[in-house]
This record gives sequence, structure tokens and C-alpha cells, in this order.
Amino acid sequence: MNDMTPAQREARLEGVGCKRKRVEDVRFTQGKGNYVDDIKMPDMLHGDFVRSQYGHAKIKSIDTSRAKALPGVIAVLTAEDLKPLGLHWMPTLAGDVQAVLADGRVSFQNQEIAFVIATDRYITDDAIQLVDVEYEELPVVVDPFKAMLPDAPVLRPDLEGKMTGAHGPRKHHNHIFEWVIGDKEATDVAFSKADVTIKELISYHRTHPSPLETCQCLASFDKIKGELTVYGTFQAPHVIRTVASLLSKIPEHKIHVIAPDIGGGFGNKVGAYAGYICSIVASIVTGLPVKWVEDRMENLSTTSFARDYHMTTEIAATKDGKVTGLRVHVLADHGAFDSCADPSKWPAGFMNIVTGSYDFPVAHLSVDGVYTNKAPGGVAYRCSFRVTEAAYCIERGMDILAQKLGMDPADLRMKNFIRREQFPYQSALGWEYDSGDYHVAMQKAMDAIGYKALRAEQKAKQEAFKRGETREIMGLGVSFFTEIVGAGPSKNCDILGIAMFDSAEIRIHPTGSIIARMGSKSQGQGHETTWAQIIATELGIPSDDIMIEEGNTDTAPYGLGTYGSRSTPVAGAAIAMAARKIKNKAQMIAAHLLEVSEYDLEWDIDGFRVKGNPSRAKTMKEIAWAAYNSPPPGLEPGLEAVNYYDPPNMTYPFGAYFCVMDIDVDTGVAKTRRFYALDDCGTRINPMIIEGQVHGGLTEAFAIAMGQEIKYDEMGNVVGASFMDFFIPTAVETPKWETDFTVTPSPHHPIGAKGVGESPNVGGVPAFSNAVNDAFQFLGSTHIQMPHDAWRIWETGQKLGA
Amino acid sequence: MTDTIEQVAVAVTVNGKRVKRFVDPRTLLIHFLREEMNLTGSHIGCETSHCGACTVEMDGLSVKSCTVFAVQANDTEVNTVEGMANADGTLHALQEGFRQMHGLQCGFCTPGMLMRAKVLLAENPDPSEDEIRFGIAGNLCRCTGYQNIVKAIQYAADKLNGRAQKEAAE
Ligand code: FES
Ligand code: FES
Repeated sequence: MNDMTPAQREARLEGVGCKRKRVEDVRFTQGKGNYVDDIKMPDMLHGDFVRSQYGHAKIKSIDTSRAKALPGVIAVLTAEDLKPLGLHWMPTLAGDVQAVLADGRVSFQNQEIAFVIATDRYITDDAIQLVDVEYEELPVVVDPFKAMLPDAPVLRPDLEGKMTGAHGPRKHHNHIFEWVIGDKEATDVAFSKADVTIKELISYHRTHPSPLETCQCLASFDKIKGELTVYGTFQAPHVIRTVASLLSKIPEHKIHVIAPDIGGGFGNKVGAYAGYICSIVASIVTGLPVKWVEDRMENLSTTSFARDYHMTTEIAATKDGKVTGLRVHVLADHGAFDSCADPSKWPAGFMNIVTGSYDFPVAHLSVDGVYTNKAPGGVAYRCSFRVTEAAYCIERGMDILAQKLGMDPADLRMKNFIRREQFPYQSALGWEYDSGDYHVAMQKAMDAIGYKALRAEQKAKQEAFKRGETREIMGLGVSFFTEIVGAGPSKNCDILGIAMFDSAEIRIHPTGSIIARMGSKSQGQGHETTWAQIIATELGIPSDDIMIEEGNTDTAPYGLGTYGSRSTPVAGAAIAMAARKIKNKAQMIAAHLLEVSEYDLEWDIDGFRVKGNPSRAKTMKEIAWAAYNSPPPGLEPGLEAVNYYDPPNMTYPFGAYFCVMDIDVDTGVAKTRRFYALDDCGTRINPMIIEGQVHGGLTEAFAIAMGQEIKYDEMGNVVGASFMDFFIPTAVETPKWETDFTVTPSPHHPIGAKGVGESPNVGGVPAFSNAVNDAFQFLGSTHIQMPHDAWRIWETGQKLGA
Repeated sequence: MTDTIEQVAVAVTVNGKRVKRFVDPRTLLIHFLREEMNLTGSHIGCETSHCGACTVEMDGLSVKSCTVFAVQANDTEVNTVEGMANADGTLHALQEGFRQMHGLQCGFCTPGMLMRAKVLLAENPDPSEDEIRFGIAGNLCRCTGYQNIVKAIQYAADKLNGRAQKEAAE
């Protein structure tokens, strides 16, 4: 083929498994990224919101006259202006409706009331102060348990008297849905026969993804062509295009949605927000481009939240520690409108993965969604649709059970793991797990961290503590999780009726370089680097000769975007499948060029060679030239393919995480001594990027478990909506991470990859929380609620008389 | 800008180039750089001095340009990430280190992080890991978990001190 050895040829490709350095970094390190706020257009206007001071109030009047009189102010939009367009309310991703601009009532603090449009962003800020809103305060409900009391105030008068919602019957005026799954009768029997049962309310507090770049967009409507162009921080640009078309009635081919570089997403940038709608409307109204850039306070207090699940968890088991049943009831706080980003058929996302990594013969899950006066928009924050809550619930539950049985938590897990030979495994709550080898992963992790020795050390420390020789206690957090990612098979998953496939289009140019366009959209995951690696391995063209383009709905095939670790399981599969279509055609061309039958050819790193005569061969580069210039008679010229991939199943990455923590009971300060994370995400495309994803996810898990919370006071004020008081760890607090892996490929993914970006958050939070809980257990504590900030840890010590 | 406010003259040397502009006195340095100068490398992540995405170098010190007025930069030398690469077009050791060590993901914090690291290494050419972590504590990153950022800065320190650079990221 050429002078290179096979190893050299392979190395030159930088394909799957290679720690290829990221191509994105060349521009990012030089300040040449192109984020939404970097884009300017001639005569561009700026829009910003007047927001509610109150958590719940009637709006008696809005006077915009003083604001409109300010030089530079072009317009001020209120719900009254959107009404004639039918845009004052919008459908949410979860089948509810949400006020775009408050329609006579505000339902959470900082809700959007009016949109000010001016020639300069400083002037919008001035004008906001000049909009006079008169309110009549209403009683506020921020506690989901209180929202369900019979005499609780009605939070959604627009739904009053409606006894059916998008997901079935409603049983209270603040109730959204009830979702029930599993075998209740069999579960009740398991509990009645159990030797041991546990029951605990395990709450997962409200938190927020807060990527460093806030949500923003720039809308430009061309009146002459009737075309709308929107640049925005969109994790799913095609879906935004479809939604924009349905709402605005502009035909979809006349809407151009472009997601340029995105400064982190973590689920925050999946939904459709009032800012997008208002800038589009403002551009249509003014005929000029309108940019909306959210500030940090707005981001934290209004654009989506995550979690806020209150999970009453019960486990039944035999006295020797075999689990026999699981019962979970969740009270889910969805805020003022149900705009959670879950697939349509799953009102509580994939919460039914709550059986975790364990072989529960029976289980029963029920979830009640409720309205409160908090910001709406529950998103899958670095997790796929509530799997984080589910993993936290079961991993805390298993520890509580181990404590009651007097068993080691690692042993209890080992005893109950789904065994390798049980895969594909049908869970009691309806999922088919694709592949796994849990015992091997757990054992590797225990050996790596020196589990036995740590337990012995902990025991010695506890005794020293009891003797009064030390004020330090030690926790050993064990967490084993199974993720469910790759949403998803269209038989299970859709968003607003749009099936959740993904797509890739690969085009090889005559000289053998490649452009590939994708329905996915990176927000830091390095797709430009890793997608090229898959193509390089499949097609034998070096990664450096492959360009990846994402985020332009005009050029990319329709895709559902990037969130919930779906890129590798779905778009990554699409890219491999599109490449294989190309390879099939290339094989025909090679056969023609070499004058042999296709069946006489075999693939060899970067081309086809004749079986038994390796000196007769054609590289993909040579084939590409021939595809355009001398294709076999009757064969269409060119070498390109599109693939829309509808996965047959989700993928189920898993992992074993351990956290060793030292806690000073007098100060409440908890120091993470070691954190070890073993991940199995199937085939590993770029180990460097995987490790980076794990580091990042663990840091977010650390923040959530150890301090981060969106808190509300009784008046409905959101306290802690800036980086001053919403805990984002710095390099100083962040622990050091040890990473490790096993490889159990997914049997149904074309290259066996499962996805990893969400796993460290899903597995990390229970590892931290279990470490804190484990530390206090010997003093008689069963369960301490998150987040475990120093004050709460200190308080726990005080309560337990430590 | 609002025509009722008197504009003031500001003269700054940005990345070695002297520039003069009339600005509204309340103009923040970050907006001056991004909007007036079209230097969009420095980013805005919080506007409250907490995230460090807007960090630039002003007369040899790290400043968060979201809380410095453009007028305060009058007669100073301001350097931004756009001026970081070497004169011959090759990457600065820090830029190279961030790429080698996978010290960035979405890249949004990166320009601020790089500019902070540059001043850190000027003040302390051979920092320990703890000194690096402390030195960049004013710069938040939501993606990387910091470990590789620390390695990237160590890589640059090694390179600038003429030592062999450690192995690239895992
Ligand atoms: S934008 Fe200046 S510190 Fe965050
Ligand atoms: S790389 Fe995304 S914030 Fe640092």
C-alpha cells in the first residue's frame, strides 16, 4: 500500500482509543472561540427583562411609559403585546404551558414580566428600573409537602377544576401528575414476608447546572425574505428550530438556527426559555436583530433547576442481606410550571432505574409531581433524566440497609449485584440492561483503594474518638451505579412528539479529506476531536484530514442534540453507520479498480487489499479519487452517506466510586483524602477526554453533595442566586481525582461505546454523601440530608452529642 | 450610549497597541475590550468578580475586567489572551500546556485562566501544586475539575524554566 508499517499507518490515523489532542483547543486557547455574545450584527438591539420581586402576586398594573420615554429605548413588550400573536404562553417540554411574560400573575421570584429593547445594553438596564409594576401579594408555597395540603393556596388558577393533566389524573389543585410503575401487589407481599425492612425519607435538594456561559441568543428576522436566523446557546438546535416554527408559524425551512461554540451546557441549555421567544418576537416586531444575554443571577434563579426530589425509600431483605423488594414514593417539586426536560412518556424521567445495579425481584415506584412558587424547568443536569436522583436514592438506601443488617456496605452490594450471566437483564421496573460485569469492577476498585485496611483504620479511629483521643472521624463512601443513557430508542423516547434518533452525514472529497456534519452539538465534550477518531478508524483516513461541523441546522442532518450522555450512544453510532455505508461503496469501487470480486477483498487499516495478495491494494484516498473520476460503470459518482440512527436500546455504563473523608466534628470541615472512580463506559474513544469528563463530573458532584443548593425562604425569595452564595468549588477545595476503568462493550452499539459524561455526577454524589453518612453512623445516625456543608456537618455532630 | 451622559476620553495600550476612545464613564473594561475593541477572547461569566472569565492583565496585575471601569484603565497597559501567543505565531507555553494536558473543555473560562496563570508565573516562576491551586482560586471552571489545569500550568513552568515537560495528559 505504501512504505509505512501497519503500526505506523494506524498511528497516523489517530483513531478510536488514541489520546488525540483536541482540535478545538487551537482556537479556544487563543481567544478565537465564537460564542453567542461574540456575534454582532449591524443595528443590533439589546433586550433584557423586568422581573418579579415577589414569589407569588397578582399584577395590578404595568406602566411602561417612563421606560419608553428614555432615549435609546425602542420598545417594551408585555404579555398584552404577545397576546395577539398567541405567544404569551408557550408549551413546555413536559406537556404543560408556561407564561412567556407574566400574564396577570407572577408565580415565582424573578419571573419575566416585561422585555425591554434598547440600542445599548446599559440603556436596557436603565429602562428596567423605569418600568412600574404594581403588585398584590399572594400567599407563597415553596415546600412541596405543604403544596399538597388540602387548604394550600391554588398556584395555577389557569388549571383550576381540571382533573386531568398531560400525564393522567390530577388529585389536588397543585398536583401535576402521578406516575406509577412496578408490581404493587408482589412488592407488598415481599415486604410482608421480609426479615428486615428499612424506610427513610431521602431528599435530593434543588440545585443548578450553572455553566460558566449563561443562556443567550441573537435573533434576526429578515422581513423581505421572511426568514428568521437565530444564534443561540442551544444543546438541541434542530428541536429549537421545530419549536420556533410551530410557535411562530414561519415555515421550518425559513428558520436558520445556529449554535456556535457553547460555554458549557450540563442540561441548562436544552429547554426553550422566555428569552429566546422574546428576542425572536422583538426582532420580528422591530425588523432589527435583537440580542438577549442572561446575567448570572437570572441564570441561577430562573433558567431551569435540577433535582428537588423527595424520595421515601423502603427496602425489604432477608436477614443475610439478600434484597427482596424495593418501594419508593417520590414527591417531585416542579416549580411554577411543569417544564421538565423529560421524554414525553416519562413524567419523572428514567427514575425507574431506581433498582440500580441490584437484582431486585420486585419493585414499585410512584411519583407525584407538584407545583410550588419556585422557578420551573427541571433539567437533566449532567445526568439523563432523573437517573441521578434514582442512583442517590438506591445508593443511600443500600447503605442504610447495610447498617441495619450490621453488614459491610461493599459486601451487601456484592451480594446483590446483577451477575454477568444475567445480561441482558430485565429489571423489575421495566428496563433491559445491555451488558455489565459489576463484581469485577467492584473488586478492582476495592483492591485499588485498599478497602479492608481503610475499614480497619476507621474502626481504630472510632475507638480513639470514643476514648476522647481525637476529634476527627473518618468516612468511607461506597457507591456503585448503573447509568441509563443514550436517549433514545424512538419506541421509548420522544420530546414533544419528536423521536429521539440522531444523525451523521459524511462526505469524502476527491482528494480524500472529509467533512462530517452532525445532529449532535458539543458544549465542551470535544466532538470535533472524537467524531473524527471514529471516522478515522472506520474509513482509514487520518483524523487530521477530517473536519466535523455541528450546530448549523441548514447544513447538519436533523438531530436531537447533546445531553444525557446521548452523543456517543446515538450520534456516535450514526457516524459509524454512515461510515460503514461509505465503506461498502468503497469496496465496490476498489473491486472495480483491482479487477477482482468484492468478496476477494479485505479491509486493512486504511484501504482494501486482495485476499492472499496484499501487494494489490487501494487506499481509501485512492478510492475517493476514483469515486468521483472513474467510478465503476453504472455506479453513481461521489462518496458520501447519511445515517439516521434509532438505537435499539439505551446503553448502561456503570462504575464503582470510593470516597475517603476525614471530618473534624468541632469545625464541621470535611476533607476528601482520596477519591477513586472506576468507570466502565464500554469502548473508549479518547481516554484523555474520558478522564477529563470524569474529573469535571466529579467536581460537580462534589459541589452538589457538599454545599450547592438553590434555597428559597418562606416568602418565596430565592436566597443564594449568585456565585457569592451558590457554591461553585475553586481549585483549592476541589479534591484530587483518581480514575480507573474496565471495558464491557455495549453489545448493540456499532462500536461498543456507552457514553460517560454523566456517570461521574450520578455516581459521585452518593459516594460523597455516603462518606459523610458513614462517618457519623457509629454515633447512631442513620441518614443526614444533603448538602453536607460545614455548618450542617457541625450541627450533626452537635445533635449526636459528638 | 445615553446622550445625556458626558463621554470621556480613554487611552489604553492593549496588547502593545495604543488605542484611544470616547466612552460613557460607566463603561466596564470588559465591555470596552469586547464591544469597542472587538477583543472577544475575554468572557463574562458572572459580572460580580467571582468567576474570573474576564481576567486580563493590567500593568502586570491580574484584574477582573467586569468590575474595572474602562476609565480606570486609562494610561495603563492591558494584555488579553489575543496578545498571548509568541511574536512568531507559535503558542505561548501556557497555551501549549493547556492543550497538551487537556486543561480545557468548553473553553469559556480558558482565556481568563490563561491570563491569570501568566501573571502567576511572572510572580512565582516555579509554583508548587498548592500555590497554583491557590493562585487560580479566583478563576472558576465548570468543566475540567482543575486537575488538568494545574498540570497545564506546571507544564508551562517546566518549559519556561528550561526543564523537560512532563508526560501529556492520560
Ligand atoms: S465576569 Fe468578571 S469575574 Fe466573572
Ligand atoms: S473549560 Fe468550561 S468552564 Fe472551564
